[in-house]
Amino acid sequence: MAGKTLFDKIWDMHEVKTIEDGPSVLYIDRHLVHEVTSPQAFAGLKARGIKVFRPQNTFATPDHNIPTINQHLPIADEISRFQVDTLTKNCEDNAVTLFGLGHPKNGVVHVIGPENGITQPGMTIVCGDSHTSTHGAFGSIAFGIGTSEVEMVLSTQCIMQPRPKTMKINIDGKLTDGVTAKDLVLYVISKLTTGGGTGYFVEFAGSAIHSLSMEGRMTVCNMSIEMGARGGLIAPDEKTIEYVKGREYAPKGEEWDKAVAKWRKLVSDEDAQFDKVYNFDAADIEPMITYGTNPGMGVGITQNIPTLDEVEKSSQKTYLKSLEYMGYAPGEVMLGKKVDWIFVGSCTNGRIEDLRAFAHAVKGKKKAEGLTAWIVPGSHQVEDQAIAEGLKDILEEAGFELRQPGCSACLAMNDDKVPAGKYSVATSNRNFEGRQGPGSRTLLASPLTAAACAVTGVITDPRTL
Amino acid sequence: MAIDKFVTLESTYVPLPIENVDTDQIIPARFLKATTKEGFGDNLFADWRYNKDGSPKPDFVLNNPKYSGEVLVAGKNFGSGSSREHAAWAVHGYGFKVVVSSFFADIFKNNSLNNGILPVVVSESFLAELFAADENNKVIVNLKDQTITNTALGKSESFEINGYKKNCLLNGYDDIDYLINSKEEIEAYEQNRG
Repeated sequence: MAGKTLFDKIWDMHEVKTIEDGPSVLYIDRHLVHEVTSPQAFAGLKARGIKVFRPQNTFATPDHNIPTINQHLPIADEISRFQVDTLTKNCEDNAVTLFGLGHPKNGVVHVIGPENGITQPGMTIVCGDSHTSTHGAFGSIAFGIGTSEVEMVLSTQCIMQPRPKTMKINIDGKLTDGVTAKDLVLYVISKLTTGGGTGYFVEFAGSAIHSLSMEGRMTVCNMSIEMGARGGLIAPDEKTIEYVKGREYAPKGEEWDKAVAKWRKLVSDEDAQFDKVYNFDAADIEPMITYGTNPGMGVGITQNIPTLDEVEKSSQKTYLKSLEYMGYAPGEVMLGKKVDWIFVGSCTNGRIEDLRAFAHAVKGKKKAEGLTAWIVPGSHQVEDQAIAEGLKDILEEAGFELRQPGCSACLAMNDDKVPAGKYSVATSNRNFEGRQGPGSRTLLASPLTAAACAVTGVITDPRTL
Repeated sequence: MAIDKFVTLESTYVPLPIENVDTDQIIPARFLKATTKEGFGDNLFADWRYNKDGSPKPDFVLNNPKYSGEVLVAGKNFGSGSSREHAAWAVHGYGFKVVVSSFFADIFKNNSLNNGILPVVVSESFLAELFAADENNKVIVNLKDQTITNTALGKSESFEINGYKKNCLLNGYDDIDYLINSKEEIEAYEQNRG
């Protein structure tokens, strides 16, 4: 019998039962909750006359709606405030741990899970947010769910899910200078397309993946949803264990030793069969930038936008619609195009390593004239660390301002909206039409590329800065 | 709490021949601030459907009086992106009971089924023929037999759905009731895990 994949091992450990010709009932170790996708689920619980089944496995934080300035004041937008207050009330009524606005542990749900040790290897983790895939960086099965499923987990700590197929993406070799985890994942998505991973759970493997920091691995897994995959995961190694150690919710003492012994076994067997395998060479990757309206529409920063002939015939109409929205033409050069806005932040690139990369790249330089930049830490802990490390000072000297944590302009549910027609280079995960505000135009890139664009005001190769 | 029962449906359809329609287009983020499931249908495809002043954009298919029906026929990879179930609530709230495409994103497919919307996967050629037909053309969707028919051509295709989900839709059952009824097994699992 062939060996098992890491995914299958974790899935099997969490299967309460399987339904014939139907989904599995999967037990969930960690349920992360935020204000946008949970109110209707809590209302459903109330209508059924039940409470949260396992509140100790449930952690909540508001992140999508919160402002990134003046967080000590009540939220000005009444509807946003009501949604955040509803989360507070629901958590109180159900004894769920809440890291509310202003709490030292508040921040983007996918940033605070790992930094507090809530995220651990071998777990099943869900949240009503597609970027829950981020937590797969720790060797856990983590994926986004809808609100009906949030209600399932709140009421029974289980979810009903068909078992996905497995895919392995090997990336071997060394990333060249100026090329980051974000470029790596944008490159893979550009090769596989936004539907290329649909129906699969991806294991990222290979020397280039294991050479990444935990932050870099989170960026890669975070964006696995952008190739349509249910989620992505990376087998835990010593770096993973070192990262989790000592964090508040991590096991302690004897429990820690037991946990580590288990985590070290979390690997795919050598003879494990995946349903699909892709191999890439890290040396082929250059800094990436997107030119269209989905994350698969990306190119190396020195390359041109594909010409119409290079696009499959059935997709040409959609392709032209996308370029028209962006104000670009097929075959154009990306370098040197105008940039109006910069957004550094989000669950993709709002961690300390990302702020460091941006700050060090702009150190001693000045923000381009007329450009607006929002530098938004992923959590209060990231914010505090950025201040302690002097990054805030570096940013301010270069003309940038460090804001307060939240999802911010990634999806523009708060006041941070890019105006219609403006070009924004963003370190977030989606360049969909209107994602950063109605009519806004988003180009996805790494924090290093964002820094290069922020000081020149045009699309700039970070290797030339 | 039951979902709508679905058995068969014969209807004209609304064609949306665009690929990779993401859930941000189906329901933009600024409409996600609600705490109930109601009212999302009015904002389905809001940015494609309305001008800034709220007037309808005449060239968008939902504003074209020639097209109507309880079926949305969309291009490949429909529902990619965010996990927001609000997208399914918007599709349902507008009055669609079936979405036909050659490919759906996973989470949107799950969210649809959990809200009594049937996602029907057809071949690329079947989809192209639906797009090519005139506005009076109908589809017949039969969940029991798992078939969809293009009435203009009299051509049918069978589609896949897992047996459990099919039963849920045919009978109007919902997963949460099933799980709540499985609580003893869930507690036994908790006791036995290492």
